Amino acid sequence: MSDAATARSPWQAASIVRIEKRTPRVTSFFVQPSRPFAYRAGQHVDVRLTAPDGYQARRSYSIASAPDNDGVVELAIEKLDDGEVSPFFHEVAAAGDEIELRGPLGGHFVWPDDDGGPLLLIGGGSGVVPLMSMVRHRAARKSTVPVALVFSARIWDEVIFRDELIALDDRGDGFDLTLTLTREAARRPSDYSRRVDVTMVAQVMARLPGPPSLAFICGSNAFVSAAAQALIDAGVPAGEIRTERYGV
Amino acid sequence: MATRGFSSGRRPPADGDARIPPGQYLEQGFPVLSAGPTPRVRTEDWSFTLKHGPRPIKKWNWAEFNALPLTKMTRDIHCVTAWTKFDTAWQGVLVDDILADAGIEPPTAYTLALAFDGYTTNVPTKDLTDGKAMVALLYEGEPIIADHGGPARLLVPHLYFWKSAKWVNGLQFTTRDEPGFWELRGYHIYGDPWREQRYTDDP
Repeated sequence: MSDAATARSPWQAASIVRIEKRTPRVTSFFVQPSRPFAYRAGQHVDVRLTAPDGYQARRSYSIASAPDNDGVVELAIEKLDDGEVSPFFHEVAAAGDEIELRGPLGGHFVWPDDDGGPLLLIGGGSGVVPLMSMVRHRAARKSTVPVALVFSARIWDEVIFRDELIALDDRGDGFDLTLTLTREAARRPSDYSRRVDVTMVAQVMARLPGPPSLAFICGSNAFVSAAAQALIDAGVPAGEIRTERYGV
Repeated sequence: MATRGFSSGRRPPADGDARIPPGQYLEQGFPVLSAGPTPRVRTEDWSFTLKHGPRPIKKWNWAEFNALPLTKMTRDIHCVTAWTKFDTAWQGVLVDDILADAGIEPPTAYTLALAFDGYTTNVPTKDLTDGKAMVALLYEGEPIIADHGGPARLLVPHLYFWKSAKWVNGLQFTTRDEPGFWELRGYHIYGDPWREQRYTDDP
């Protein structure tokens, strides 16, 4: 599978058109690339900042928006206190500012809806961002592919995209949302209050009409390792599990 | 183009500047990245196979492989996700010593590294020989943990680190430069950090 979508992706200017706080630690930056590009749900972009003396810092951020929208790309960025690039976004960036970005990038952690399903998505914290693009892509395409999303957050107020996800869950159109909170009690009947484990995964999978043909897990390395093991223990073949780790 | 309001950044230490390739930053930790679940390969199930195309040339089990000459290699490593880590200390078997034990000269100009999880990555053969690369068995004097590719990983430190295949279980000589896993998914066919060859269309 060669990746035509990343064949030409030079650095380009992009302007921040809107900023929306999602949770106390995560804010969405809607950026308009000067040359809009097609992308696939799950892909990321590289962002580059340049200091007056020429020093540059770059980081990768997953795209939260569906590829089916108007070309504006939503980056949902978590503030890392010891970070180099995320503090710029959270403390300095304002609508109208220009940054540089390159993309779309990544040809593995992607789900075009014609890849089918059922699909099992597992996100920890801001690891939900590329999965959100897939969920939104499914909705935009009016896809009937069964999709289950397990989203682990510490507390209710750190559930990124919470209202939108619950609204999609309420449609009853084959998208099944499970929230699991690791530091608070569950709020909804089908939710949990613990870390992702094999029992939880088995119960979520039992609500799908069939075994998942693909699973995507994104989060910290510790989260992804534990969740991947839970999926394997629940009978998901390792070859059907795709992972993306923050790397720390 | 300077970014409004971005001035500080995490600049490299003055003495380390020349060791950090363009677009990289210095990392003290050792981040973990991989495309799928971490395989748990037991050394009793481990093997390493040298192949010419589909044809096996020689296969070693864990004990046989560990009996090959061990070499120390301390190198800076560079991940395409932009972190660079200084002075990582490895011990393992040089590709030269694997070839010598098999009693062969490299038969082709290209090599595909193979791994237990199905991962592959392509490296020109000349980037693996003359002491440039090894199959590492120890990191900082200890067995390599599964997260970092243990029991054994390829180490090709002068290329971006995705070329240093985790959970390596073979080298396959190929006639053509056959793109591997990430090389088929948008990443550069060669991956020289000093030329910033991250993605397919980088020169």
